[in-house]
Amino acid sequence: MRKTSAEPKAVLAGNHFMDGDHALAEGALAAGCRFFAGYPITPSTETAERFAERCPHVGGLFIQMEDEIASVAALIGAAWGGQKVMTVTSGPGFSLMMENIGLAAMTETPLVIANVQRGGPSTGLPTLTAQQDMMQARWGSHGDYRIIALCPDSPQECFDLAVEAFNLSETYRVPVFIMTDETVGHMHEKVVIPPAEEIEVVERNYFTGPKEDYRPYKFDGGIAPMVKAGDGYRFHVTGLVHNEKGYPVINAEQGKINITHLIEKIDGNADKIIRLEEDGMEDADVVVLSYGITSRIAIKAVLDARKLGMKVGALRLITVWPFCEKRIAEISKTVKGIVVPEINYGQIVREVERSAAGRCKVISVNHTGGAVHEPEVILAAIQEAGK
Amino acid sequence: MNDEPTLTPPEEESPMSSVLRMERMPHIWCPGCGIGTVVTSFAEALKKSGLDQDKVAVVSGIGCSGRVAGYVNFDSIHATHGRAIPVATGLKLANPELKVVVISGDGDIMGIGGNHFIHAARRNMDITVICINNFTYGMTGGQVTPTTPTSANASTTPYGNYEYPFSMPFVADACGATYVARWTSLHARRITKSIEEALNHKGFSFIEVITPCTTLYQRRNRLGDGLDTLQYYHDESEIRHGADTRETAIDFQGKIVMGKFVERHKPTYLEAVNERYANVIGDDYQLYGGIPSEKEKEKKAKEQGKAE
Repeated sequence: MRKTSAEPKAVLAGNHFMDGDHALAEGALAAGCRFFAGYPITPSTETAERFAERCPHVGGLFIQMEDEIASVAALIGAAWGGQKVMTVTSGPGFSLMMENIGLAAMTETPLVIANVQRGGPSTGLPTLTAQQDMMQARWGSHGDYRIIALCPDSPQECFDLAVEAFNLSETYRVPVFIMTDETVGHMHEKVVIPPAEEIEVVERNYFTGPKEDYRPYKFDGGIAPMVKAGDGYRFHVTGLVHNEKGYPVINAEQGKINITHLIEKIDGNADKIIRLEEDGMEDADVVVLSYGITSRIAIKAVLDARKLGMKVGALRLITVWPFCEKRIAEISKTVKGIVVPEINYGQIVREVERSAAGRCKVISVNHTGGAVHEPEVILAAIQEAGK
Repeated sequence: MNDEPTLTPPEEESPMSSVLRMERMPHIWCPGCGIGTVVTSFAEALKKSGLDQDKVAVVSGIGCSGRVAGYVNFDSIHATHGRAIPVATGLKLANPELKVVVISGDGDIMGIGGNHFIHAARRNMDITVICINNFTYGMTGGQVTPTTPTSANASTTPYGNYEYPFSMPFVADACGATYVARWTSLHARRITKSIEEALNHKGFSFIEVITPCTTLYQRRNRLGDGLDTLQYYHDESEIRHGADTRETAIDFQGKIVMGKFVERHKPTYLEAVNERYANVIGDDYQLYGGIPSEKEKEKKAKEQGKAE
């Protein structure tokens, strides 16, 4: 992987008062994204608007497509045309994107999608917050594949994780999701954009060898370099099960090779990909596991519990997918319980239960969306877990 | 003494080998199918067009015609069902020096992908779309499509089709396409000429080719084999260049009005983008896509004038 720093003309270095949606656009631009295809949807539209405004000044292109299906299709085309690409959406649009997310996973096309989550199902609560698409992010397209999903808890992290999302996407040639939410998306806070030379950017790995040697895929555990349409390599990519040349091979044997690769390139690198933030975990009896906006409510409950003399740790998932199952298994051996507040009816808690495998209590603090938790509800669950 | 001449077959290279992925032959298409004719015409047109073949990309959707992308020796993407046009849009916009061609079927382009078709035409996106219209979903076994003529039999209209079909040239024209033509697979040389024109056309160019699906559409409707279908095309087609596209509907086994219906010029999507930004932002705006600005062009022209 060739690492460089960001292109100075696209980096608004300095201190800003900015919302999460705008910070996403700035992070994408800093990461080298110069192509954005999207469709308006609340509460994500500000990201598209910002990109539309900024792109003519940085040599980028914004196109508003006819729908979210076309948006991701255009990203796939543009990625193979040599661009770093992004779109942004919310629940209903995320549902429409699932078809071509599968194509991107299958063709190992790097792209970044931010989902500024709102309450569902269907049109749900368009203007109000939720974290109800966490499982959809993981399983939403048909078939077996893997993706990476990151979860920012602040506008600053929207910027930071947008850069990281692009870097991961180029490193593993995989769709990367930024699973934020309406609250973080619309919250204005201080965002510090570092000078361009301090922003590490992973450049796309391009093949430069002889034309006849090019293979768009590598199924031996590695990640194949890409080529750009127009460079004479005459690549072929398909959503069908394929061989390393990219040609369809329709049988179970090739399916095993192809699909295993899609899974292993992420699962096999999970330790390198996963980022967690931990606080007070050393002697904790109870751990509160949270992500995104909920972690900022959870911390209040954690502090209140500590005031009551309880030993409570806080674990924040920055990477939600791949899931930190090894770490949860470790924790489950030493704590009485893990409390999982999330703004859905209990999604990531299932992963926690699976990883804890009955070794400790796992308490779901669910919420049907439209608002964040009351810290008292989480505190009550901490007390229950500590019994 | 044995003076019999030894006969070895001449090792001739196929005239198609520069444009097809020969290692992938034989293809999946049935005897009598018209897709091969269109691919051959496309290959011929490309050779004649003088385009740099490294700068040509082909995108297909799903279905029998969707397999074209996998057989042509260009940068190629076999996309999801109906999504070839937006994939082509992204490819073209990411790398405007490419000539991007969508080759797909009627179900793919006008059925599930209809929304993308009308919007790409509206934007005058600078791509060429070739729709192989065999009036049926062949890959899935002969279901009715949005172009199947009324009363024709399909596996999902076993009592005959009761819907009104689209005439694709009319849709394309109404939505803003700047080049629109229709031929049948009998008219191979005319398809070739049309594709060559479309490849050299700036803006959204659309060519519909009416083809047989002998295995499903023709057989189910008792229309004979591929040759009988070509005879029908021969007897019932009528060339009317510049015809009003409102009069291009096709009735079951009825007259097929064909020809070059539309050829007009207006700024492409990218030209419109650049023009708008340049007007509003002014000199600070660098034209997207490595296109020299008017000022740069003038400067270059002046320099050339001096040199001469």
